[in-house]
Amino acid sequence: MKKLVKGNEAVVIGALVAGCDAYYGYPITPASEIAHAASEYFLPLGKIFVQAECEVGAINMVYGSASSGLRTMTASSGPGISLKMEGISYLAGAELPCVIVDVQRVGPGLGNIGPEQSDYFQVVKGGGHGDYRAIVLAPASVEETYQMTIEAFDLADKWRTPVFLLTDATLGQMMEPIDIRQEPTQRSDKPWALDTQPESNNNLITSIYIDFDDMETHINQLHAKYKQITDSEARAEVYGADVPDIVLTGYGITGRMLRSAVDLLNEQGINAALVRPQTLWPFPAKVYQEIVKPGVPVLSVELSRGQFVEDVRLSLPGHSVKHYGRVGGNLPEMGELVEQAKLCLQEAKND
Amino acid sequence: MTKVFEKSSAFFDTFERKPSMQKTTHYCPGCGHGTLNKIIADQVAELGIQDRTIYVGPVGCGVFIYYYFEGACASAAHGRASAVATGISRANPDAITVSYQGDGDLAAIGTSNAIHAANRGENMIVFFVNNNIYGMTGGQMAPTTLIDQTSATSPTGRTVKNDGFPLQMAEIIAGLEAPTLVARVGVNNPKNIRQAIKVIKRGFEIQRDKKGYAFIEVLSQCPTNWKKNPVESCKWIDEVVSKQYPFGVFKDIADEREAVERSCERVEFAAVSEQLGLVDTEKESSQQIEMLQDELRFKFAGFGGQGVLSLGMMMAKLAMQRNMQVTWLPSYGPEMRGGVANSSVVVSKNTIGSPIVDNPNVLVALNRPSLVKFGALVPEDGLIIYNSSLIDQIPADLKGQAYALPATDLATEAGSAKAANVVVLGFFAKKTGMFSLDELEGFLRETFKKQALIDINLKAVKAGWQAAKEV
Ligand code: SF4
Repeated sequence: MKKLVKGNEAVVIGALVAGCDAYYGYPITPASEIAHAASEYFLPLGKIFVQAECEVGAINMVYGSASSGLRTMTASSGPGISLKMEGISYLAGAELPCVIVDVQRVGPGLGNIGPEQSDYFQVVKGGGHGDYRAIVLAPASVEETYQMTIEAFDLADKWRTPVFLLTDATLGQMMEPIDIRQEPTQRSDKPWALDTQPESNNNLITSIYIDFDDMETHINQLHAKYKQITDSEARAEVYGADVPDIVLTGYGITGRMLRSAVDLLNEQGINAALVRPQTLWPFPAKVYQEIVKPGVPVLSVELSRGQFVEDVRLSLPGHSVKHYGRVGGNLPEMGELVEQAKLCLQEAKND
Repeated sequence: MTKVFEKSSAFFDTFERKPSMQKTTHYCPGCGHGTLNKIIADQVAELGIQDRTIYVGPVGCGVFIYYYFEGACASAAHGRASAVATGISRANPDAITVSYQGDGDLAAIGTSNAIHAANRGENMIVFFVNNNIYGMTGGQMAPTTLIDQTSATSPTGRTVKNDGFPLQMAEIIAGLEAPTLVARVGVNNPKNIRQAIKVIKRGFEIQRDKKGYAFIEVLSQCPTNWKKNPVESCKWIDEVVSKQYPFGVFKDIADEREAVERSCERVEFAAVSEQLGLVDTEKESSQQIEMLQDELRFKFAGFGGQGVLSLGMMMAKLAMQRNMQVTWLPSYGPEMRGGVANSSVVVSKNTIGSPIVDNPNVLVALNRPSLVKFGALVPEDGLIIYNSSLIDQIPADLKGQAYALPATDLATEAGSAKAANVVVLGFFAKKTGMFSLDELEGFLRETFKKQALIDINLKAVKAGWQAAKEV
């Protein structure tokens, strides 16, 4: 049935529907409602909820429960995600499935609690040490936050990897209806898990391979897996004109605002289309290559000063891609986005 | 004699997890780790808990304990073994969870995780191997290094002035309420080994009975970094190290404690649904609301306590029940300062793009700063409802159709000034024809739990409805 909930609460409901067994977290604005809702629902259901002593503790408890085969999650915001990064590297190295939510706020440093999208590099490009990747899902609505949380658990199990859900202060705090029903989820068998059965006596969860050749083999296997993920899991929403004169692109809340900008531009007789990546790693480069024809200008908008745009540019080699960013907690106004799109068109004509 | 040196059945026969030399350990000759590993394996085998035992290895010389113990193992990041063990212990309520940590790991980088696991009384047994030095990284000073002891990072000896005092972890942990067994033992001579066996056995029995957290500090020799031969090292523990770190059982209260049972349940969707309070009331009518425009973009503004956030939420819920697309967004952070709180609501026939309302076509202003701030943003075909109880003068730059509603006065008459938001709801519904009075009344009955509040709000909504009839 339909329930009007905040994005942060939708995460917890999605987790429950996906059969999440354990939540470990530490309070931080603007992600705290996730911990509030998890504590409210998990304990009475006999599931695990622990408020850890620190973000580092929380992510390592995730490591422990994920090692034991549980569907496990944690959530935080930028400063907390920075602290978790060491643990995330270990989770990736040991191939442990788990879900990590980052409700982005303003940085660097203490920043403030407004919305930003400036954790892009830290979340999408690794963040922790070593040569690993993590799947990153980027919802643009509360309903999508709910659906993608469920999906995140399936992807984590399917690929034995940490999966990020990357939202922001706006998506976390806003309310929209979600349609809650039993969803088919695919919980994998985990014969590798640590448990109290004799069959698990030989199981070992680790990321250390002291022998260089063994280590190289392990890293190469990880990357063979990453290649498969890249080939099969990348996706984006495409919206607007079939033959666009301009393509707007952004993820999360920005992508959603750009959808309105596309409508306004089309009303004004400018054929505009939107590409909104729903996965940031793997990045849907192919979608860009299909939609963006040679010579068509691209305006890339983000709530940071040029992180996301790098992946757009890498997807469109030789193509000119204009970046527009607002930071500090400010969101662009609709008029501002339309203005930027027109400017981008103009600049392309002058070239 | 032969029995003493028999390999424990809780050890692997050959160390298959070890890349080379699978018959020998990686420990240096005379190292205390090997003896401790043997005692642990013997006790696990003797108590018949091998299948239930899960080991967490640290970073340090204990990193490869999984080469030897035939059991499920995880290796943790430096200092994090107690946190990882927490996750394992919670996930496996029937497991015997072993966290094996050195002094850099537990007493320096991981102190916080260690103390909090102890303080929560996790069902786990922690072996704290104290050899007062960083072994694996090459003999640097540890928090446990003795005063005047030289190390790779205290070449002229540890000083109190620069490095503080040796950290007495067992005594610190024993000061906490939750731990049930806290002891310090040695593995440097037969007498100490016999005592260590006794204490470790007790620790595992406590785990078998789920009696909480056991902490066993083990003074261990590191001949390599102490630059002493094994015999000298064992002697040094008796003569010097144990003077700083006295042996003993500091706490054993397991017999007074109940078993700690923690649950880890898998539940069906039905249980989740019940917990979330999902009831399919079939109330959602498929009949969409007739609106003047396909999309209404509301701004509800006032000062904190006037209920502008909940007014927005009520609007969103009412519209949701009529199958409209809705979004609700609260004002946030610095916006909350200066006396104006607001919520933005979008109600639409179609998929909603931006939930941000820069140009509202409906403004509800409950105080003057709100009207000043947002009034001019409303276009000519837009609607403004302002609280004339508190606003006597309206700004000159308003373009939208503005209605004066004495919301606070009407609410006060109904029983509480706080119901001003519901007065507005009644007024707006009547004015736009979006909701019937019945619908609003039904909604308010469900929204408010206490009868007194229901009564006040029913009066308030009617007062607003009536006022709309009169303008
Ligand atoms: S360095 Fe010290 S603690 Fe490490 S294995 Fe060698 S003797 Fe043992």
